[in-house]
Amino acid sequence: MNDQSNKWIGKRTVRPDGADKVTGRAAYAADASMPGMIWGKVLRSPHPHAVIKSIDTSKAEALPGVKAVATAADFVDFPTDTPVPLGIQDMRWMSRNILAKEKVLFHGHPIAAVAAMSEEIAAEACALIEVEYDVLPFAIEIDDAIAKDAPILHDFIQFEGKPSNIAGTLEHTLGDVDAGFAEADVIVERSFTTKPVHQGYIETHACVVSVAPDDRTTIWSSSQGQFMVRAMTTFLTGIPQSKINAIPAEIGGGFGGKTIVYLEPVATILSKKSGRPVKMVMNREEVMRATGPTSGSKSTVKIGAKKDGTIVAGEGTFYLQAGCLPGSPIRGAAGCAFAPYDIKNVHSFGYDVVSNRSKVAAYRAPGAPIGAFAVESVLDEVAEKIGMDPLKLRLKNAAKEGTKAAHGPTFPRIGYVETLEAALNSDHYKTPLTGKFQGRGVASGFWFNAGGESSAQVNITEDGNVVVTTGHPDIGGSRASIANITAELLGIDYDQVSVQIGDTASVGYSNLTGGSRVLFASAMVVTESAAEVIEQLKGRAAKIWGIDPSQVVWEGGEARPMGEHSGNFPSMTLGELAAKANATGGPIGAGSQSNTVGAEGGFATHVCDVEVDVDLGIVRVLRYTCFQDVGRAIHPSYVEGQLQGGMAQGIGWAINEEYIYNKKGQVDNPGFLDYRMPVCSDLPMLDCGIIEIPNPKHPQGVRGVGEVPLVPGPAAVRNAVFDALGIRIDDLPLSPPTVLAAFDANSRQAAE
Amino acid sequence: MSDIRYLAPHTLDDAIAQYAAADGAARILAGGTDLLVQMRSGVLKPSTIVDVKKVPELMAVEETADGGFRIGAAVSGAALEEHAKFGKVWPGVLEGLNLIGSTQVQGRASMGGNLCNGSPAGDSVPALVAAGVVATIKGPNGTREMKVEDVPAGPGKTNLKPGEILVSFTFPARPKGSSDAYLRMIPRTEMDIAVVGVGVSLTLDAGTCTAARVGLGAVAPTVLLVADAAKALIGSKLDDAAIEAAAAACSAACNPIDDKRGTIEYRTKVAGVLLKRATAIAAERAGRA
Repeated sequence: MNDQSNKWIGKRTVRPDGADKVTGRAAYAADASMPGMIWGKVLRSPHPHAVIKSIDTSKAEALPGVKAVATAADFVDFPTDTPVPLGIQDMRWMSRNILAKEKVLFHGHPIAAVAAMSEEIAAEACALIEVEYDVLPFAIEIDDAIAKDAPILHDFIQFEGKPSNIAGTLEHTLGDVDAGFAEADVIVERSFTTKPVHQGYIETHACVVSVAPDDRTTIWSSSQGQFMVRAMTTFLTGIPQSKINAIPAEIGGGFGGKTIVYLEPVATILSKKSGRPVKMVMNREEVMRATGPTSGSKSTVKIGAKKDGTIVAGEGTFYLQAGCLPGSPIRGAAGCAFAPYDIKNVHSFGYDVVSNRSKVAAYRAPGAPIGAFAVESVLDEVAEKIGMDPLKLRLKNAAKEGTKAAHGPTFPRIGYVETLEAALNSDHYKTPLTGKFQGRGVASGFWFNAGGESSAQVNITEDGNVVVTTGHPDIGGSRASIANITAELLGIDYDQVSVQIGDTASVGYSNLTGGSRVLFASAMVVTESAAEVIEQLKGRAAKIWGIDPSQVVWEGGEARPMGEHSGNFPSMTLGELAAKANATGGPIGAGSQSNTVGAEGGFATHVCDVEVDVDLGIVRVLRYTCFQDVGRAIHPSYVEGQLQGGMAQGIGWAINEEYIYNKKGQVDNPGFLDYRMPVCSDLPMLDCGIIEIPNPKHPQGVRGVGEVPLVPGPAAVRNAVFDALGIRIDDLPLSPPTVLAAFDANSRQAAE
Repeated sequence: MSDIRYLAPHTLDDAIAQYAAADGAARILAGGTDLLVQMRSGVLKPSTIVDVKKVPELMAVEETADGGFRIGAAVSGAALEEHAKFGKVWPGVLEGLNLIGSTQVQGRASMGGNLCNGSPAGDSVPALVAAGVVATIKGPNGTREMKVEDVPAGPGKTNLKPGEILVSFTFPARPKGSSDAYLRMIPRTEMDIAVVGVGVSLTLDAGTCTAARVGLGAVAPTVLLVADAAKALIGSKLDDAAIEAAAAACSAACNPIDDKRGTIEYRTKVAGVLLKRATAIAAERAGRA
């Protein structure tokens, strides 16, 4: 499909959900309501680490207005010695996360749940539940969790033959790093820390669940995957998938954090026990204490290069916090960190560390920003040491078609080089900085991207319009993008296409919205479905005209006779064929289901300008540009939205966002006042350099775009602060007290 | 589940009677930007709420006979911003008040509420202290006056007696060459809470500082009046030495805590930095006044 002939692909069509969202019509999970509905609340642990000796719910059950009380005993038991994987999750851990079983593992860990006639009664009943604890010492930070005498969270986790908080490791090896470092003229090694950061979705977790006496269950919830909600609810409650209909509500942000469940199985059991629909809505404090975030980390990276800039070896060790149960994104950190570079010798090692924090959840390119922060910061210093422009150093070593990556694949045609060239040639990079404490930093990043299961149905309505049903919640513009593609393929107007997100009973299995996979995968099944619909339309026209279907062409939204019949019959529009559908064979429509492959990795390069107020330690971003290979920008406004959102979150991660724990092992900043995501006025215009190197393995050339834009951010900001101050700060966030202390220490040292 | 009584008296006397009658279990509702948040988070569970926004004395903006202002304790930031004259005379007080919350919150947030919430980080308080404002308080035993800096007693506490309501703030008349400024340190650019806040009010006569007051917030249990900083400025031409001395006085006055919003070391240094910057702004404004 070439650009000039495209009528809809690449166009900034009106977003179908926009008016509803700005007028308040859009129905989010917390908007759902049912006759007879009651409210569910969760009792949470007051301790970061304790054995649950007993739970007495009798007083809560006796409180007037209470309809059901649930504990872990009401859910399916998953013994710790038998893995039950679902995607990247394991039901052993998921079950213990939604309601504590043997132990409470973090402050805020759910212990029991109550459903009552009002939220107030439910809260009162929670307070009446008596839990007897055997309080244990706790570990919050990685160093505390891996110390020799650390309190062990799980006796069944062993590392090197001993009980340990190291729950897993992952290793990638390419070539021989020792031989590589022996060739190096310059070696830089540094250690880094990053803090856990929350996804920061505005909509808190919410659901309404109604279970009938025969267990038929309807779930309205805000998630990144209605099929994930169904599958996990089935695992945890034992109700078969065929009896559950999970209905996706409009979603107020997820960023990965809504790829697991917290409330739905609990509300399901409460509804089953009470016989009433049950609604549960988390408040912000619950979200901050007990959901997400992504891992905090400590890492060490060593890179060796020759004087001409050739990188000869790269070595990285990445410790990631998993939270209280195993499963940190070490694959993202250890796998993506060196992926942008063609390095012959790589050794990358990841450790999954449990501690008494809330279990981590996916966050945009999980783990990758942590790996990139370390590698891209070290590269910045390598460039300085050999006197090379940092972008040119990256260009010299850039991965390209045929490069073998340490994590396994050999890259097909990718656009990393183009992101670097675009950055080098940009107005941004060429414009000199003017202020004393201004600085510029660059960094790159990689994310795997994903394909996977997707289903779609394309139906022609009786009045000649089109309804496309897919199975992935739209968190980044998939509905508008699929409408663009459908209109393009069928040659009809964008306004004729309506794209719906089906519930689990009305569309085929579709894996969750994650891995930057949705447009890649759903465009493939929609393309197959549309092709089949076109065949049907041609067949209907052929039948009306009494000619062979091979003599009909579909063009510009019309069936036209061709070959020997060319011009013999007036062309027929979609509307005309739809009107005659019943007479020509019945309803017109087609579905397709597939496990899609070919989602190739995505690359981005960021350029960041900062100015530091050296009296206050405040880092302000002056200018920021993301150069990213997006494959094909099906809907450029949404692509820009993804890039800008990623840039904003990366800047937040770099400068102010962090979980702060008090001495009691409790989160001390469980709200948006003291958990500081950037506000609008903190950011300049976030510029997008969209580069389109079509993915050769996709019909429209789509590559995932949603996650890569977060990956380079923290390193780009950190490298800019170095350029401004001449100080390399290796611990995030670069918050005012940290920056001021570093600047003052540096000034004192210079004076001595 | 406990019910809450909501009262909205139309006169000051009714408000005082109702508030006093509730015997300590009532809370005054001005804008509610702190009270409602604290109730929703479960920190406060008052049995009675006395809404004072229908009481004329608490909602009035008046110019006094001597050329000063009397501002009702519940006047919102947005209302005061629209006043033709107040912000020209007290730009620092107004900018402090206008920093509280978002645009929406400005339609509700008041100086009286900000002061009585008792937070050492309240944004309108340092400039009120610097302005030498006097608070008028009325209770069952009559009316009394208090310097603004004497109202807070510690985090979340005031020196108001049971049943007393803060009615209004009286601002003194300003000699020519006077102005003020408020600056706060926040990690973000808005929607944040002061890590340090400094209000400076001063009068310049032919380049010499003839009067000055400095209020310092978020570095001690209450907002401080820093007399030593004012002393360093008064009589000077605001030269570097005088300003350095005033900044040092601010840092010396700090008695902060290490918390999630800032370290002791950080707050102590920043207090001096903000003093210098706020003084420069106030002086520039005074030169035009």
